[in-house]
Amino acid sequence: MTSTTTPSPAPPPADPRGRRGTPATGPRRSSGEAVRVRGLAKRYGTKQAVDGLDLDLATGEIVAVLGPNGAGKTTTIEILEGFRDRDGGDVRVLGEDPARAGRAWRARLGVVAQDSRDQAELTVAESVRSTARYYPAPRDPDEVVEAVGLAPKAGARVRSLSGGQRRRLDVALGVVGHPELLFLDEPTTGFDPQARRTFWDLVLRLRDAGTTILLTTHDLAEAAHLADRVAVVREGRVVAEGTPESLGGPDARTPLVTWTADGVRHAERTDAPTALAAHLMATAAGADGEVADLCITRPSLEDVYLGLLAKEDHA
Amino acid sequence: MSAAVDTRVSPGRAGRLPGLAPLALVRAGLELRQFWRERDAVIFVFAYPIVMLAIFSSVFGSEDQGTDVAQIGFAQYFLPGMVATGIVLTSFQSLAVSIAVERDDGTLRRLRATPLPAAAYVGGKVLLTLATSVVQTALLLAVAALAFDVPLPTDAGRWATFAWVFVLGSATGTICGVGFSSLPRSGRSASAVVTPVVLVLQFVSGVFFAFFALPGWMQTLASVFPLKWIAQGMRSVFLPDEMAALETSGSWQHPATAAVLVAWLIVGLVVAVRTFRWRRRDDG
Repeated sequence: MTSTTTPSPAPPPADPRGRRGTPATGPRRSSGEAVRVRGLAKRYGTKQAVDGLDLDLATGEIVAVLGPNGAGKTTTIEILEGFRDRDGGDVRVLGEDPARAGRAWRARLGVVAQDSRDQAELTVAESVRSTARYYPAPRDPDEVVEAVGLAPKAGARVRSLSGGQRRRLDVALGVVGHPELLFLDEPTTGFDPQARRTFWDLVLRLRDAGTTILLTTHDLAEAAHLADRVAVVREGRVVAEGTPESLGGPDARTPLVTWTADGVRHAERTDAPTALAAHLMATAAGADGEVADLCITRPSLEDVYLGLLAKEDHA
Repeated sequence: MSAAVDTRVSPGRAGRLPGLAPLALVRAGLELRQFWRERDAVIFVFAYPIVMLAIFSSVFGSEDQGTDVAQIGFAQYFLPGMVATGIVLTSFQSLAVSIAVERDDGTLRRLRATPLPAAAYVGGKVLLTLATSVVQTALLLAVAALAFDVPLPTDAGRWATFAWVFVLGSATGTICGVGFSSLPRSGRSASAVVTPVVLVLQFVSGVFFAFFALPGWMQTLASVFPLKWIAQGMRSVFLPDEMAALETSGSWQHPATAAVLVAWLIVGLVVAVRTFRWRRRDDG
């Protein structure tokens, strides 16, 4: 498994009329704060779903929130979207408190929620066009349908779409209002690899057009590919945060060399795996010149993530 | 609504939020399309009052209703009740069920994420109700007149009464439907919760049986709810004036009808505004 972030092929911006200046080449951290969360708390009955969560999103960046099921990701996102009340903490989204914000604020948000099954009798085009009309400055609905790859399905009833097509429609509905801030809650669940890759390109184009994106996902490759920063949430708190390359600290990224000698499995972390391999070849190789079960692993984001959760379990 | 929209925008956040009336029209267009595409519901809504009228007229067709004062055919006597029950079905029952279902399937949640105001959503429902009620009632009256030889009123005064009872009854039913939609816990249970309410009201309100023949306590109970008054108002439209003697009060009671319907309209409005939820009850 490769662990490095594939550089994106710098596609053209999704919207040439992007409101916030020219498309940038990378994440911009300078132009202000889209989301600021401090000490967020939410309790359901006896379960503390969110427990002192802090999170920041700079304008124009993609932040992926990772964490096991039940960690409080969706609850947090829904509080930021204004769907849920919070029990405590300070939340600013696009400069306003979601619990009190009004229509003008909603016009600046895009929301792609989990599992939707509404509007079954409308066609794709009707659904996107009508949603565009709720907004003061929408994108061209037909261009949006095209951008999510549903142009061939524009005249089809929503009920007839496959799971992946349905999800792409959700994304179209989330971005047609030309949002400054887009929430994507597990957007690629059920996608085939090709659809997922196409979707990633779309997300990066949106980011390059200036959209700030908060993404939750269980797909670590997705987070590694898309996110400027990742935050790992566990039991309602952020337990680790950083760029996909730096998460977990340098130790978590140290290559791991494993091999078998005299029937015993060995493992060693080293910054010089090649030297170690050469040393093993000289000292531990068998008659055929091979070191048994030799394996050099550079930890992927997934390895780091699982390592972080395991560490928390033992803490 | 399709191609005519110019969605091109200039840079900057200069765009103004769309107004309530245009949004309600957008919603109404969507509601009508979706309603029309659910063929089974369309058939039910339009055929139910007609089928009920046909059944009751056939079963009791040999009996005439009334007293020595006035004798009229059964179809004519029950037409007002069917008009009233149609109004309650398309307004109260359809709305209470459809909003509960849309709360359950995520329609409302998705709309909540947009700048669409709740009033525009409800406005779309009101316009749908109006459109379906008008078509439904027109079909019912046409079938009654052509197939069952029910004489329809010819003077303007009766049609004026028809108009205000129809509009006020539909408005009250619609608003009460919005308010009631918060009661079912899920979309699946919505029909099971709403239908019995309407069914019981139909029985006690003189829709299926002559109101004057019902036990006194039942008449009193029915007098609390709108359906009895809508039916009575419609009787004043479609029955000869002598039949007013058969009403419990001996008159058509137009002022009382208006008062009860307006009272329910206000109560329904307060309940609807206070209980309207974008999401399911068990959803946090």
